[in-house]
Amino acid sequence: MKYAIFVVLALLLAAIAVANPFILEPAGFLAFVKRAAPLVILAAGQYFVIVSGEFDLSVGSLVTVEVVVAARLIDGNEAATWPVLALLIALGLLVGLVNGVVTALLRVPSFITTLGMMLILSGAVFLWTGGAPRGALSQSFRVFGRDTLWAVLITLAVGAAAVLLTRATYGRTLIATGDNERAAALSGVRVARARILAFVISGLAAAIAGIMLGGFAGVSAQVGQGLEFSAITAVVLGGVALGGGRGSVVAAMGGALTLEAMFTLLNLYGISGALEYTVQGVIIVAAVAAGAVQLPRLFITPRKGDAHAS
Amino acid sequence: MSEKVGGRLSLGFRPAQVVFLALLAVVAIGAIVGGGEFLTLETVVGIQQRSAALGIVAVGQTLAILAGSLDLSVAVLISLTSLVAAEIMQTGDVAGGIAAALAVSAVVGLVNGVVITKLKVHAFIATLGMTLVIKGVLDHLYDGPAGRVPDSFQHLGYDRIGPIPVSAMLWACVALACWFVLTRTRMGYQVYAVGGDVEVARLSGVRTDRVVIVTHVLCSLCAGIAGLLLASRLGAGAPTVGTDGGYDLESIAAVVLGGTALAGGKGGVGGTVGGVLLLAVLDSLFNLLEVDSFFKDVVRGVVIVAAVVIYVRRRKS
Repeated sequence: MKYAIFVVLALLLAAIAVANPFILEPAGFLAFVKRAAPLVILAAGQYFVIVSGEFDLSVGSLVTVEVVVAARLIDGNEAATWPVLALLIALGLLVGLVNGVVTALLRVPSFITTLGMMLILSGAVFLWTGGAPRGALSQSFRVFGRDTLWAVLITLAVGAAAVLLTRATYGRTLIATGDNERAAALSGVRVARARILAFVISGLAAAIAGIMLGGFAGVSAQVGQGLEFSAITAVVLGGVALGGGRGSVVAAMGGALTLEAMFTLLNLYGISGALEYTVQGVIIVAAVAAGAVQLPRLFITPRKGDAHAS
Repeated sequence: MSEKVGGRLSLGFRPAQVVFLALLAVVAIGAIVGGGEFLTLETVVGIQQRSAALGIVAVGQTLAILAGSLDLSVAVLISLTSLVAAEIMQTGDVAGGIAAALAVSAVVGLVNGVVITKLKVHAFIATLGMTLVIKGVLDHLYDGPAGRVPDSFQHLGYDRIGPIPVSAMLWACVALACWFVLTRTRMGYQVYAVGGDVEVARLSGVRTDRVVIVTHVLCSLCAGIAGLLLASRLGAGAPTVGTDGGYDLESIAAVVLGGTALAGGKGGVGGTVGGVLLLAVLDSLFNLLEVDSFFKDVVRGVVIVAAVVIYVRRRKS
């Protein structure tokens, strides 16, 4: 049940293969993974925030900021690539840290913190560039998102790191925090620190996703638009409960792959363009509804602090 | 716990007072910095015009948030209702256009509410899904503005009586109606009860599902009214008028700026009106100072977060 999303993913991939067998070949499958990579990484980061009971709405604009900043600072200069990469990672960590501190220490609801951050980030970066992205990325920068091998390796590395983190003590304390903050605090979890770290991880994930999207999709002011909603949707599709305390990071990343497979499938069967959104909306709500209605029946023990499935 | 007992009467009003104090402060700054330029009839009317549509949506959003829910689908619903109204009014049937727009919004709100309560889908996902559904339909059917609104209907958007635009009066009526429902009716008390603690409300005999569904219908109706207002301003319906205005997140921000707790159960319509006015006054102050529009976004983000920091401090003390 925990990994039900992978059954859905397998079914979707099979449906894609019927129309386009190329996806069954290694090259085709890896190309699919490459396309999905930024969303998978964002979902992994968003998982930590959501399982701790919060939201991160700022990742979409953070991705845009990363790409726009990279283009302006590198401006086609190969030598600038590595220093700028380091700066971008630091920027992601910093944004996550601010989100985490404002949410966990100043006790602002994360919906508002990250909504404010979203306005601040997109306002600040275009204030800096004068309204439109400027400059260009270097070839050595673009290789991370454009080259299939790099993209797949980075995704695997991020996935492995995320799994290790959830298996470590930190992952368990984070789930405890999201499940019942007070109980976790009383049993000695440093709740605020756990949450801040979750936001930092999400910021880091957004930085990595931004670097890859810059290579894959190029520089534009819309590159990160709506990604926060896609990432949250992917995590929820993976069976992670909004409100926190339940779900696995592997399933969250599976949710991202499923979402990408759904886009591919809809394109293949000609429901392209506009109505794609409609189908997507119906499927997402239906999938979450199916999960919410079934879960209480399967797990007889009611879970305290879970307001959504009780 | 003490903040919950009777907190609504004493402490709960404070954030609303804070936002009006901030509003006064900004107006004072505007008067000092801009001198006679800021407090002209033109600016005052402009502030009301600009804030009316957001204000109506935000009042509806207040109901949903007070009940512990939220609605991300208001922006696309505004676009949808503007088109429905304009398409029908093109045939000359103004009343029919209004009725159809409101009926569509009521249905959307009903679906949102039912999906959230009966299918137990988190409001965030349910209304995000509704957003995608409506967006798909809009993109499929329309490439640009469509329909036409007769001149008689455009009075709603542009006329004013003295210094007060008709659109601001409409906003005031909607706000008063919601204020009345929240503070003077059984339904209103039930909204606060459900938003405070669903389980306690249910055990006290409140039909919690029905309350949430009704707030979503009312919230969507407000979005529908805002869609009508924007259609009358544009003279037509437009498939992106709602999303371009950012009415989804902006309305939630205005509600929270007005001191309503995002978790539900605490706050009210008065604060929301103050929050919307504060955003609009800040906006015209920036226009007066010729501030870069991207800088405005930065300040708006800081103001929203800072306001909530202050409210949280006050609730704790």
